[in-house]
Amino acid sequence: MSAESSDLVRIEHVTKTFHRGSEEIHVLSGLDLTVARGEFLALMGPSGSGKSTLLNLIGGLDRATSGSVIIENDRLDELDDRQLAAWRARHVGFVFQFYNLMPVLTAQKNVELPLLLTHLNRRERREHAEIALNAVGLSHRLNHFPRTLSGGEQQRVGIARAIVTDPTLLLCDEPTGDLDRKSGDEVLSLLQSLQENGKTIIMVTHDPHASARASRTVHLDKGQLSTTGPE
Amino acid sequence: MASNWLSQLFTVALFNLRSIPARKGSALTAAVGIAGVVAVLTGVLSIAEGFRKTMTSAGSPDVAIVLRAGAENEMTSGLGRDETRLIADTPGVARGAAGPLASAELFVIISLPKRTTGTDANVPLRGVEGTAFEVRGNIRMLEGRRFESGKNEIIVGAGARREFAGLNIGQEIKVGRNVWTVVGVFTSGGGISDSEIWTDAAVLQPAYNRGPTFQSVYVRLASPEDFGIFKNGISKNPELKATARTLPDFYSSQSEMLSQFITVFGVFISVMMGLGALFGALNTMYSAVASRTREIATLRALGFPAAPVVVSVLAESIVLSLAGGVVGAAAAYWAFNGYQTSTMNFQTFSQVSFNFAVTPLLLAAAIAMAAILGLFGGLFPALRAARMPIASALRDS
Repeated sequence: MSAESSDLVRIEHVTKTFHRGSEEIHVLSGLDLTVARGEFLALMGPSGSGKSTLLNLIGGLDRATSGSVIIENDRLDELDDRQLAAWRARHVGFVFQFYNLMPVLTAQKNVELPLLLTHLNRRERREHAEIALNAVGLSHRLNHFPRTLSGGEQQRVGIARAIVTDPTLLLCDEPTGDLDRKSGDEVLSLLQSLQENGKTIIMVTHDPHASARASRTVHLDKGQLSTTGPE
Repeated sequence: MASNWLSQLFTVALFNLRSIPARKGSALTAAVGIAGVVAVLTGVLSIAEGFRKTMTSAGSPDVAIVLRAGAENEMTSGLGRDETRLIADTPGVARGAAGPLASAELFVIISLPKRTTGTDANVPLRGVEGTAFEVRGNIRMLEGRRFESGKNEIIVGAGARREFAGLNIGQEIKVGRNVWTVVGVFTSGGGISDSEIWTDAAVLQPAYNRGPTFQSVYVRLASPEDFGIFKNGISKNPELKATARTLPDFYSSQSEMLSQFITVFGVFISVMMGLGALFGALNTMYSAVASRTREIATLRALGFPAAPVVVSVLAESIVLSLAGGVVGAAAAYWAFNGYQTSTMNFQTFSQVSFNFAVTPLLLAAAIAMAAILGLFGGLFPALRAARMPIASALRDS
């Protein structure tokens, strides 16, 4: 297998400009980056460096002003909004800093949500959700509502929701940012084990302790890659 | 996938509805606004409905009224004794033991004090022939007896007695040049006759210097299907210049002006209030969308298309509006249905007693209007939710 074919994510000359009134804010400037299949990449950088914007572009939540974002063989800039939504459902699992669980749904129902976008029937959805929650060590919390779970448990439900569809790519935006050290470590260990099982993970973080768990770290500053950490 | 699409809609709409208690203040405001609109609309339209019901319920389709050609009501009509006999003998008229079932009648307006205010208001005093009871077929004595022919005796409709002072049995009223004694109270089952006072036409004519003239002839038809024959007989008779109408048709035209006025007035008020409620619903749903920004953006990030998001917002708006609509309709039913009052009928310039009528159809229409208000109140917020830029919504929430 060639080096190029092992790249799951290819970012080519990507720029992203926001407009605030007449002012133009260049968040990403001609950025190039590749992420190999099975890699656990940490994106670091100061606030406003563009790391979350880059994560959003990779996840199809936003569109680049110019350049290409290619995931496997899909050029995201060629997909319309409906296709992009379907692509996200099929290929991406998101883990958010504040978990973003639906407060009126149980842990199991939260995990089942992305499965509503698949062909699985109700029984299969329930079984898949139970397997995912078991994988994150929460099989005893199936019927708990988010408000009755600790922060670490809520984030693990968030991870279960992200992996339940077996996505191509796991995107984590500050997954330990709202957790204490112990819970954060548990979440990072979980992400590491997912990588060991073949998942490709891209994680935005401020925390060097978190990035130390990644297989590679890249730093962004003012919309450009500044350094690449050792594997 | 089709069943999953429905599951998407159902699940997203359901957790939207379940989150209403978290926004109960604004949700309650919107529902109460809608309830107010529905209650007012139902209340005002129940007046028109009650009035129309009273005006038409007295009219059996096998009873016809004959007026002078060109006359729109009994006030402007006039028929001589010869004409009334020709009308009674026209084919299609049912016959009783004593001859044709036809009653030549006189219609005058008198003033009596209202029980509630003491001020004078107009009451119809109808002079009828003895056959009138058989012709109408729905007159029932509630108290006392019928008037005797040739005597200054009157019987009063139940509605007239309720609304006007001095109409109890044994009491006397001065009308024209004579004093009349109340000898009975009758009902026509809530129809317009309940607002009238009846006496012997032969006694009323001299009291008002009318001579041998009448204003209308009421006839019982052999069957409703015989109206065509009867009408044809009236219009083709060269000795008559008169027109025949069935009683339901006549009463319907008599109530048209007031019913239309009340309906237009009610709809106008409701539209004005409805606009206010619509903005209330819009505001509530924009707040709901704003408070659910993170949830909506998360759903979109997970890959949910726009449709379930739109449907979930619309579902909340419609459910809140329907809840308000049901409460408003129930309140209107409780407060207005059967409420007794009287109003001026502009066609006869006399008071008509009637009950507000909150009918099932009116309730259904009012609740449907609440749902429509909810639909429009939720539409723009729903579209805003669906078009929300996901990345910035996730960041800002």
